[in-house]
Amino acid sequence: MDLYAENILDHFKNPRNKGEIVNPTVEHEEVNLSCGDKLTIQLSIENDVIKEIQWNGTGCAISIGATSILSEELEGKSVEEISELSMDDVKKLLGVPISQRRLKCAMLCLHTIKNTLHAIKNEAPQSWSETIGQNDEHNEK
Amino acid sequence: MVMFDLKQIRREFPILKEGTYLDSAATAQKPKIVIDALKNFYETENANVHRGMHTLSEKATAAFEGARTSVQKFINAKSSEEIVFTSGTTESINLVAKTWGKENVGEDDAIVLTLLEHHSNITPWIQLKDENDCAIEWVELDKDENINLTQLSEHLIKGNVKLVAVTGQSNVTGVRTPLKGIIKKAHEAGALVLVDAAQLIAHHPIDVQDLDCDFLALSGHKLYGPTGVGVLYGKRELLESMPPFLTGGGMIAEVKRDHFTCAGLPTKFEAGTPPIAQAVGLRIAIDWLSQFNWSDIEAHEQSLIEKAFQELNKIEGLTILGPSDPKNISGCISFSVDGIHPHDLTDIVGQKGVFMRAGHHCAQPLHEHYGIPASTRLSVGIYNNEDDIAKVAPAIEEAKKIFS
Repeated sequence: MDLYAENILDHFKNPRNKGEIVNPTVEHEEVNLSCGDKLTIQLSIENDVIKEIQWNGTGCAISIGATSILSEELEGKSVEEISELSMDDVKKLLGVPISQRRLKCAMLCLHTIKNTLHAIKNEAPQSWSETIGQNDEHNEK
Repeated sequence: MVMFDLKQIRREFPILKEGTYLDSAATAQKPKIVIDALKNFYETENANVHRGMHTLSEKATAAFEGARTSVQKFINAKSSEEIVFTSGTTESINLVAKTWGKENVGEDDAIVLTLLEHHSNITPWIQLKDENDCAIEWVELDKDENINLTQLSEHLIKGNVKLVAVTGQSNVTGVRTPLKGIIKKAHEAGALVLVDAAQLIAHHPIDVQDLDCDFLALSGHKLYGPTGVGVLYGKRELLESMPPFLTGGGMIAEVKRDHFTCAGLPTKFEAGTPPIAQAVGLRIAIDWLSQFNWSDIEAHEQSLIEKAFQELNKIEGLTILGPSDPKNISGCISFSVDGIHPHDLTDIVGQKGVFMRAGHHCAQPLHEHYGIPASTRLSVGIYNNEDDIAKVAPAIEEAKKIFS
């Protein structure tokens, strides 16, 4: 199936949950330096449950589409459930094969949400290789 | 010299059947004769160079030193001792920054860089600034998108500039800098000049004596040669005055328990086993390229760039970075398309078999100047033809449809 499937393009053109929470419980920004992509996630958490998620950022269709799709999944989930979210879960949500060259685009949302949770718990942020399970700090020539 | 027969040239590059390759600024493809040369070297001549008391070592040494002479002639250096083999342009520039720079650039001195530089001609100098506390002065662009020579003069007139580090040809906008004038100006102000020739080397003849540059760095793989080999040219008296870079085997004259002395040029800068087969491959690449007239190569590549410029310019929402006159562009054109991230654009076009590159092309300061994080780059080599260029615009139009 095509990477630029209807679903991903729809989320890219009409992103869900893109905006701002006035008084978020937590806010965190991540960047994908090799592309110049930026993503900020804000969460409003009550009793360990995600009450609201808003995000803002710039990026390619894959990173924006994936963020929008993931954001719809997160509302109502517990912090615990999100902590266990894996790369495979995001791949399933996207429903299209993700090539190695686009993996970081697709996983910027996962990387950002993971580090948002680390921020809540005052933990050190995780590295990209922890997020995508390999040493993948690709740089450009 | 042979006739410039594009069909014949294309037949010599087996990989061209894999797709429309418009990414030669990143790395050029290799003619079969270069690929065969690597195999042949490993099958019939391979041994470590220097001091091996057997015939294979003698053959390998002759092949390696022969490669050095080929490079010397290709860039018209005075002597083969001025040709240091490195792993590529990056190592060549680091070598200068971390030896000559470390010893000669103090806290009252300045290094001049231009906005057209690749990161490999920026970061070694930032490291030098951090270590030696020197200044870095930037030369911005003028209205023609070339480097601002007035600003260069303003930096030089201060009298504290030790080195101007400048590219011969931008790997983003394809702008060629007026090297000869820059070098003359710099020398008048007592500054040396290092030329990053990584891009220029495959597209334009270089004569280091005529340019009078002090250092020049290049990579073999952008010159239709193998990866892993590059060159640092330096004027002999400079190379002689510099401390060694990496130390260890090969580069020494004598080692005692508490000190060592260095071998002469160029061995002093070639610690460890050098890229022998790669240097031999580079020699074959140089011989292969040298069978053509430069005027034929340049006319051919320029016509491709001009065609590409015209086709791209017709696309609504597409902005070309750099000069508005394609006559001032060589080798590559970078551009952005409204509403489509360069990674999406380049990926989609790539799926249609047209291989370009997306990103900041290791030139973030230049992209920052243009106010965008990344772009798509089309670059040409000797083997590209009009059909290759003709595939680009329709592929971009298709990508635009996906996002419309």
